Amino acid sequence: MKQIHDRRGFLKKSALAALAGIAGVEIVFAGNMPRHYTPLLLEDPLAGKSPEMIILSDKPWNVETPPHLLDDAITPVEKMFIRNNGLAPEASINAATWTLTINGESVNKPKTYKITDLKKRFKTYTYQLVLECGGNGRSGFQPQTSGNQWDQGAISCAEWTGVRLKDILADVGLKDDAVYIGYYGKDSHLSRDPSKVAISRGVPIKKALEDETLVAWAVNGKDIPLIHGFPLRLVIGGWPASVSGKWLHTLAVRNKEHDGAKMDGHSYRVPVVHLEPGEKLAETPENFRIIESMPVRSLITYPKTGALLDSGKKLILRGHAWAGDLEVKEMHTSIDFGATWQACKLEAPKNRLAWQHWSAEVEFPTKGYYEVWAKATDSKGIMQPMLIPSWNPGGYLNNACHRIAVKVV
Amino acid sequence: MWKFVILLAMLFTGLASFKDASQATELNPRTSARWVTDTLKVDEATGLIIDEHLPLIRANCTGCHSTKLIGQHRFTREGWVGKIRWMQQYHNLWNLGESEKLILDYLEKHYSPASASNKVPARRTPLTNIEWYKLDE
Repeated sequence: MKQIHDRRGFLKKSALAALAGIAGVEIVFAGNMPRHYTPLLLEDPLAGKSPEMIILSDKPWNVETPPHLLDDAITPVEKMFIRNNGLAPEASINAATWTLTINGESVNKPKTYKITDLKKRFKTYTYQLVLECGGNGRSGFQPQTSGNQWDQGAISCAEWTGVRLKDILADVGLKDDAVYIGYYGKDSHLSRDPSKVAISRGVPIKKALEDETLVAWAVNGKDIPLIHGFPLRLVIGGWPASVSGKWLHTLAVRNKEHDGAKMDGHSYRVPVVHLEPGEKLAETPENFRIIESMPVRSLITYPKTGALLDSGKKLILRGHAWAGDLEVKEMHTSIDFGATWQACKLEAPKNRLAWQHWSAEVEFPTKGYYEVWAKATDSKGIMQPMLIPSWNPGGYLNNACHRIAVKVV
Repeated sequence: MWKFVILLAMLFTGLASFKDASQATELNPRTSARWVTDTLKVDEATGLIIDEHLPLIRANCTGCHSTKLIGQHRFTREGWVGKIRWMQQYHNLWNLGESEKLILDYLEKHYSPASASNKVPARRTPLTNIEWYKLDE
């Protein structure tokens, strides 16, 4: 996006003219607008997105995908959810001059790479990776918890292309005491205070060194769109998507747990003991553990909820299932509110940390109202609960079964 | 003094009509007007319930974040105080002065667990707002 403010934070004349053109009127009190104020008209992170996407917030942008839009085997960008803690960079980005610096206590010597260096120096890999917001499903918790009230569509599985972080780190050279990595991106804090960091999270070194942990410049074969992290993004499948830092310019290799913004309090953490819904617990590192692998989950992506089906016809069902660092072992559906379950056809993942496609055909014994419920089981035998799971102050990890309404007429 | 008040009023009107024009986004169906009783009106630009204190919300709360972030939530007065203190600690929110009481009055009245705009969900509620369609295969 072009720079629209002048050096003092007032809107530039050209921006005001554009604004007046769109609004059809002159902006009379432009001089009275707060400094650094960006009129909503000039931002368009939704360009190219499906009109069916659900906007939870436009400052920062948080946009959810309805389950029936997730029917593709690989999620196209126009159907990919958006989650931001801060504001996307507004100054124009030049990928040719963009750099990635690896520093921190546990590198032998900091090193900086251009994107062309990364492409030249290291082997390129492409993986399908599940990115799911830690708060996916938050709207199901009662009492309500703070944060975007996601239903069940803060999830995507797209094809990311880049180089393995472990190859870069091997080239940099690590000390023996490396325990964690932390990313830094070019997004700005909501307050626009340059001394504040919107978000800076990371993962333990073991997860960072997995084959599928990428420093990526492309998604689905094209440049990553600005709102999803152009020109460089850390992409780590299976964990809360907040570890996949956008607009990546620095990665610190730490000799302790990373202490960046949104690593503390109850951010992306859950209590180590189960709480009574609404119960308060001091937000200390002893009381709250960092969310790592996401729990088992599935979606019915076809048909869309609300299907009217002719009596006697079979209903084709399909969707996806995933289980954080694990695989999904079994997939079931129920048309009688969980009294009986039928096994579905379940495909193997394309690669580790990709979602798995499932399909089934069901018949309904009589006319009337039905709900189709879907339940996945991971490779350790853990199933999705039908009810909302353990309440926690951040409203994380609600992986309760997805369901759709069907009426046989 | 009266000149200043008029200027301020004009600025608000200007910003308001400007924001109306920019309202290209759909409200979240889970948190929008269907939760509101028919005696309350929702402001088009902010998606928030209209009353005399809404301009204070616009003036103090929209610099950093979307009003959708307010409308999604139902907190007690104490809970909203906590949000304000948190924003003052981490997001440079200024001292709200005498406005704070009025802002909290507004939030407590319209966006608390007990407000008319809230409906308490059960652990799994019946599916609602189903748009039935003929499935052709």
